[in-house]
Amino acid sequence: MKRMNRRTGAVCLAAVLAAVLCTVYACGILIPEEAVTGSFLNAGCPPCLEHPFGTDALGRDLFLRTLKGLSVSMTVGLAASAVSAVIAVLVGIAAATGSKLMDGAVNWLIDLVMGVPHTILIILISFVLGRGLRGLLAGIAATHWCSLARLIRSEVLQLRSQQYVAVSRRLGKSGGWILRHHLLPHLAPQLFVGLILMFPHAILHEASISFLGFGLPPEQSAIGIILSESMRYLSAGMWWPAVLPGLTLVMIVLLVDKTGDSLRMIFDPYSAQE
Amino acid sequence: MKGMSGWLIRIFAVNSIKIISLLLAVSIISFVLVSASPVDPVRQYILGLGTAVSLEQRAEIESYWGIDEPPAERYLGWLFEVLNGNLGESAIYRRPVADIIGERFWNSLALMLCAWILAGGIGFVLGCVMGMYRNRLPDRILKKVCYLLSTVPAFWLGLLFLLVFSVRLGWFPVGFSSPIGVPGADVSIWQRLYHLILPAVTLSLMSFANIALHTRQKLADVLDSDYVLFARARGEGQWTILRRHGLRNILLPALTLQFASFAELFGGSVMAENVFSYPGLGSAVADAGLRGDVPLLLGVTLFSALFVCAGNMMANLLYGVVDPQIREAGK
Repeated sequence: MKRMNRRTGAVCLAAVLAAVLCTVYACGILIPEEAVTGSFLNAGCPPCLEHPFGTDALGRDLFLRTLKGLSVSMTVGLAASAVSAVIAVLVGIAAATGSKLMDGAVNWLIDLVMGVPHTILIILISFVLGRGLRGLLAGIAATHWCSLARLIRSEVLQLRSQQYVAVSRRLGKSGGWILRHHLLPHLAPQLFVGLILMFPHAILHEASISFLGFGLPPEQSAIGIILSESMRYLSAGMWWPAVLPGLTLVMIVLLVDKTGDSLRMIFDPYSAQE
Repeated sequence: MKGMSGWLIRIFAVNSIKIISLLLAVSIISFVLVSASPVDPVRQYILGLGTAVSLEQRAEIESYWGIDEPPAERYLGWLFEVLNGNLGESAIYRRPVADIIGERFWNSLALMLCAWILAGGIGFVLGCVMGMYRNRLPDRILKKVCYLLSTVPAFWLGLLFLLVFSVRLGWFPVGFSSPIGVPGADVSIWQRLYHLILPAVTLSLMSFANIALHTRQKLADVLDSDYVLFARARGEGQWTILRRHGLRNILLPALTLQFASFAELFGGSVMAENVFSYPGLGSAVADAGLRGDVPLLLGVTLFSALFVCAGNMMANLLYGVVDPQIREAGK
């Protein structure tokens, strides 16, 4: 059998990882609410065959809660990073193609968002929108676009100095035409990979903010909620609600990161050679 | 040297103007955001009083808070008070916000400073090791570790530490900055340090990866240079090269990067403080947000922006001091 080349390997890896992520997501969505309502009879049960992650102090199965929480996290992460990516593209292109004043304004805006610690800013936004999912989404979307916007700005600046763009302009093509035919096709892979690499950050922030109590409501199954509940039973020796859901979260984040890396290899011709 | 001090003054002035504009913007945005929130600060304030309030008293409080004034006027009034050092009274602690921030900032500062130094030190040393053994086994292992730590949420790491070191092994206390039941004045510095260890280690573990990877890259660039090749040809050993050529080139950029990371440091300390119930600014801001304490929330937000801006300014100044090219480019 011929050995796979690196590109094929990356494609296969990305496909497998994406399939795993989709399965986790689907499981989380498909588990009905009733499945996570436990009984006090088996409250605080350590991990066993029936409950792989054990049960929490209310007798709810932690494995199911974790899966449900992960799917919520992934929804939040995906939606927030998508919004963030759109903001990043708009702002980045505006900075690079607009006037000097515009560029200065955008850089100032980025400094402004970077000037307040993200955790504080998300707390503030979530506070304003009355906690819950909406505030969480808005907060994460509003804080994660900065570095991608910077990247896109420098990319567009570089593209604009390319000869074929100059030729297009001399040929009388409009700015919009150049944007559609030259800039956006170049930015698409960058943007896509940037989106996927933003995704784990968004998930981690979602968990952190839910942990602090600003994100999802406490009855919801979210990783942050499970972990913050586990704090109360830590000194009673219940280690499983703290360890296992967190570990799963880290694994998912690693999976997404790895998927992003292999996708970058597939889409970005430069990094494929590294 | 004259050019340098002139440059310093100029860059200081430019940065100060920028910081002032940023802080003003932060104050406007946070004020607008808080005004738009569904939480009624007057109600929260009255709830915090813990006593029933008559309608007249309520009207009095409302006029003190300026409920019926137009928003712009209210903002200017608030800004004027803030500039005079009056950040208002916290609804949950019943004390001036400025006092709370002043007191808790020292707790947070102790935590952040320990973590900052620890992260910088560990990160720098590991970065040097990674650079020296580039692409060999120690480098590959350390790179994996850095990569792994950057995907682990800080609060979960804190939870694990709490579980292992405090609950299982009993080496460290479960929380707070001093032993319970001991009056504040009697707490010795060792007790404080003892309570600081776990949160500081947690905080530093989540931030050293950045500095380590940066140092590795810088050192790799230095080791690839011609002058290091010449030094090798002269017969200098690896560690002599690191001491004579490496450290000089990578120490200050690393320090600069550390100063630029104040935002992550502050954000991380919010998480660490909440896990370890450490009484700093981070736990205050979470409390304020959860219990609708608007003055405290605004105060800490402004303060955190000031803190981050100060760090960025130091980083910008250091860049220029270290790198004459940046000084020249600015002219």
